[in-house]
Amino acid sequence: MTLNQLTAHEAINLIKKKRITAYEIMQDIFNQIDKVDNLIKAFLVINREEALKQAKEIDKKVKNGEKLPPLAGVAVAIKDIIATRGTETTCGSKILKGFIPPYNATVINRLREAGAIIIGKTNMDEFAMGSSTENSAFGPTYNPWDLERVPGGSSGGSSAAVAADETFVALGTDTGGSIRQPASLCGMVGLKPTYGRVSRYGLVAYASSLDQIGPIAKDVTDCALVMKVISGHDNMDSTSVNLEVPDYLKSCQEGIKDLKVGVPKEYFIEGIDPEVKGALDKALKIFEKLGAKIEEASLPHTEYSLPTYYLIATAEASSNLARYDGVQYGYRAEEYEDLSSMYQKTRSEGFGSEVKRRIMLGTYALSSGYYDAYYLKAQKVRTLIKEDFDKVFSKYDILITPTSPTPAFKLNEKVSDPLTMYLSDIYTIPINLAGIPAISLNCGYSKGNLPIGLQIIGKHFSEETILRAAFNFEQNNGVEKKKPSIKPAKHKEAKK
Amino acid sequence: MKKEVVIGLEIHIQLMTKAKMFCHCSTDYIGKEPNTNTCPVCLGLPGSLPVLNKKVLEFAIRTAVALNCEINQVSKFHRKNYFYPDLPKAYQISQYDIPLGINGYMEISLPESKEKHRIGITRVHTEEDAGKLVHEGDIASSSYSLVDYNRCGIPLAEIVTEPDFRSPEEARIFLVKLRSIVQHLGVCDGNMEEGSMRCDANVSLRDAKSSTLGTKAEIKNMNSFKAVKKALQFEVGRQKKLLAEGIEIIQETRHWDESKNVTVSMRSKEEAHDYRYFPEPDLLPLKIDLRMTDEIRRNLPELPEARRERFIKNYQIPEYDAEILTSSKALGDFYEKATSLYSNSKVLSNWIMGELIRYLNENKVGIEDSPISPEKLVGMLKLIDEGIVSGKMAKGIFEKMFKTGKDASKIVKESGITQITDKNELFEVIDRVIKENPRSVEDFNEGKEKALHYLVGQVMRYTKGRAKPDFVFNALKQRLK
Amino acid sequence: MTEKIITKKEVEYVAELAKLEFNEEEKEEFTSQLNSILDYFKKLNELDTERVEPTAYVISMPNLLNEDKVKPSLPQDEVLFNSKYVKKGYFKVPRIM
Repeated sequence: MTLNQLTAHEAINLIKKKRITAYEIMQDIFNQIDKVDNLIKAFLVINREEALKQAKEIDKKVKNGEKLPPLAGVAVAIKDIIATRGTETTCGSKILKGFIPPYNATVINRLREAGAIIIGKTNMDEFAMGSSTENSAFGPTYNPWDLERVPGGSSGGSSAAVAADETFVALGTDTGGSIRQPASLCGMVGLKPTYGRVSRYGLVAYASSLDQIGPIAKDVTDCALVMKVISGHDNMDSTSVNLEVPDYLKSCQEGIKDLKVGVPKEYFIEGIDPEVKGALDKALKIFEKLGAKIEEASLPHTEYSLPTYYLIATAEASSNLARYDGVQYGYRAEEYEDLSSMYQKTRSEGFGSEVKRRIMLGTYALSSGYYDAYYLKAQKVRTLIKEDFDKVFSKYDILITPTSPTPAFKLNEKVSDPLTMYLSDIYTIPINLAGIPAISLNCGYSKGNLPIGLQIIGKHFSEETILRAAFNFEQNNGVEKKKPSIKPAKHKEAKK
Repeated sequence: MKKEVVIGLEIHIQLMTKAKMFCHCSTDYIGKEPNTNTCPVCLGLPGSLPVLNKKVLEFAIRTAVALNCEINQVSKFHRKNYFYPDLPKAYQISQYDIPLGINGYMEISLPESKEKHRIGITRVHTEEDAGKLVHEGDIASSSYSLVDYNRCGIPLAEIVTEPDFRSPEEARIFLVKLRSIVQHLGVCDGNMEEGSMRCDANVSLRDAKSSTLGTKAEIKNMNSFKAVKKALQFEVGRQKKLLAEGIEIIQETRHWDESKNVTVSMRSKEEAHDYRYFPEPDLLPLKIDLRMTDEIRRNLPELPEARRERFIKNYQIPEYDAEILTSSKALGDFYEKATSLYSNSKVLSNWIMGELIRYLNENKVGIEDSPISPEKLVGMLKLIDEGIVSGKMAKGIFEKMFKTGKDASKIVKESGITQITDKNELFEVIDRVIKENPRSVEDFNEGKEKALHYLVGQVMRYTKGRAKPDFVFNALKQRLK
Repeated sequence: MTEKIITKKEVEYVAELAKLEFNEEEKEEFTSQLNSILDYFKKLNELDTERVEPTAYVISMPNLLNEDKVKPSLPQDEVLFNSKYVKKGYFKVPRIM
């Protein structure tokens, strides 16, 4: 076993006990990256030298007997949509290729202060628009469990990197499921915080009222560790909430006896893969065994969440992405006649087709004459969706659902039909609309050895509760703890 | 059918906070090297977010309160989306359907008729300023524009009036008063030439008895109060002529050309903008409770009207003087400082309204940069009171004070032009003049008063104005008896 | 056949607003794709939302207001760093006609 295969909390412990050094950890991390990333392609940028340097500094601190910050020596990979000072930040897009921010996102500063070592930036669907990482301008990322399949998206690179032991933890972002779904498809733990729990300063905006940064990790404990560090009020973000950050680790330890669990019937419709349903049923029995009380619940407006999401997200995106015009930074077209054509050519050449489609939709929804029918209508339906959750959480502590209706699908399987792709988001989107937290974690594997994810949803600022439920399930679910073998297709025997 | 002029104004004022509206860059951007007064927030870099400067809110509410607006208890920011190189986010954070203040008014006084006219204030809201463009090259060859973002994010308050002006002069009077108000409020320095106060106008004509508005033209690019009046006069004239010829007015934006003194249509360059307003998701709705508004109202600085009344009452100066002295905050401050050092407030008023303002205007210097401070002015007046210089001499000294910035006593010392107080010296000159002008003496003895004035004049000539005229007058009379 | 919600002309207008350009083939494709998506959005009309308030902000909390304090700006070279189209400290763009 190599050091990169540890969890973050295991590594921290060993560093503290001086059994291993941070430098040794980094060496194993980069060895793994060198070994597998040409197959997985999780990373866009790797900060090898800087990481090794920081590892040495941690080791010096250990040697001097200094008190270590909470994430000392922990390798963290960052989704390329989060601003890192001095390191290229592309958002998976040609239009930002070469862009080097002169500042750090708040979460980056918090991770650095906590002693974490940022090892690189990970691949993603362009501007977080997509659920497979196939929309990246720099090529797809491949699922470590089956290199012919997608890792999910839009935080596919982050999720794959953690699953492939190329990093301990990663940061992803979630606007409509982009942390939870890839975590589910890669067998990892991914948490989308309550809207406002984690600062968005430095998060390149897709849909401002839906975006959140969150951790992707190998287990619930690591997830809680990172949440403790990145959460909390930020003076640079007017939408970040001024609420104390609880000790997420501590709250994991308590049991879940008498926890009231709701299972929304609208999530178990036709189209759910029978193996996913089977894994969920098994998981619910485990919760019952642990003392939870399980009942059927209802979120009657679930079916309206997709059009609602797409109208709000694309409208906000059309405005957020208008700044990419080639004037100050990023791609600028080489040939144009005047200012207007410079804008048009830059944006048309720099953006991929999914991004352009969403910008067009959003622009249309906000345009004169259509605002009431589309955007305003969607904001009203959003209220109804939020109220569904308010009602349900007056009765239940958490909701349990699948994270994705299917395990990881094959590359190119769904990209051609945009509507099909949208449908696969149905389990995750309502959560963003309501602004509530949710965590995805592994609950089993399909016959094809593909991970199946379970989603635990809580009410606003109940991260403690969902982490506790997740931790208890993780410790008692009897699911085999395994790692992907990361073999390229030609090495696989006729396994099909 | 007599045509009535209908004008509405849209004014933008830069708020004098220390930091910009949504970030901590300085608002002191004028004269700075390009792109040295910016940060990720006002540059709109990917991932940046706005946080409202509380002083901006305070200043904007102060302005709305002073304009008698109702203050909305909840106010929202909206995004106004359009593409332009001086707008880095490709949207401006502004306000749309729920501004800070609504339904206000300001009364203006028409000078000849003394009639009071109430101008409705439709709304007061805040928004961020954009950057600046500099154009280079000529239109034919490879021309380009240069972008400087230093001004991005400077806080603005937008004040929109009802179309209540009935003449260009009214609009000008309003602007002068508004400038004085915002200066007194301490929220803006009201400098149209430097761009801290900007004005666009909507102009239309209608039949005198009608209540329906005519088609309006929007006039932009007026960079001084004088330009506003000239532009509006031109536009009213242009529309009158067209209507008289039976030609319809086209709704369009027109640009004031200062060099040609005409408004020019911008129609070919204008596209109807679809701004796609929607609530700014990065800023929560502003909750402005009554307590905050009341506190601002209670602590409102003295407004020009109130100051004018106080000047009339406390300093016993006529309304005309008070009106001029309160036409700008700086001028009022100057006067008050002077009155704290010298009791004859009317004399001060005369000197300030007369000589000082004349020199300031001639040399295009603002009162804030006056080389003669209140202390220096009072210093000079004291010399007159003490008889060291005469009133007439003082005018010459004043000019020197303005040109050199030196104080009166220094100038007097350096040029040795003190008033002659030595009676013997004076009588010497008086006796000489009497001796040299027998004819005038004769005339005087025959009862011609004019001759005495001539003799006084001669004494003044000999003493190069340094004799005290009253004394000379009486002394001559005495001698001639 | 479903009634067209958005015409090709409207697609062109929206493209102009968004400063995007498409060739004829792309315009056709976009028009049909957008139409099927917008058709799907009609679903929202099934809900009566007349008395429902829109949720523009999913959280409610006191306004965050910053102090009126000046902090250092970015140095000019960092501001200009990401563009090769700069001159005398300015960003250079084609002339606005």
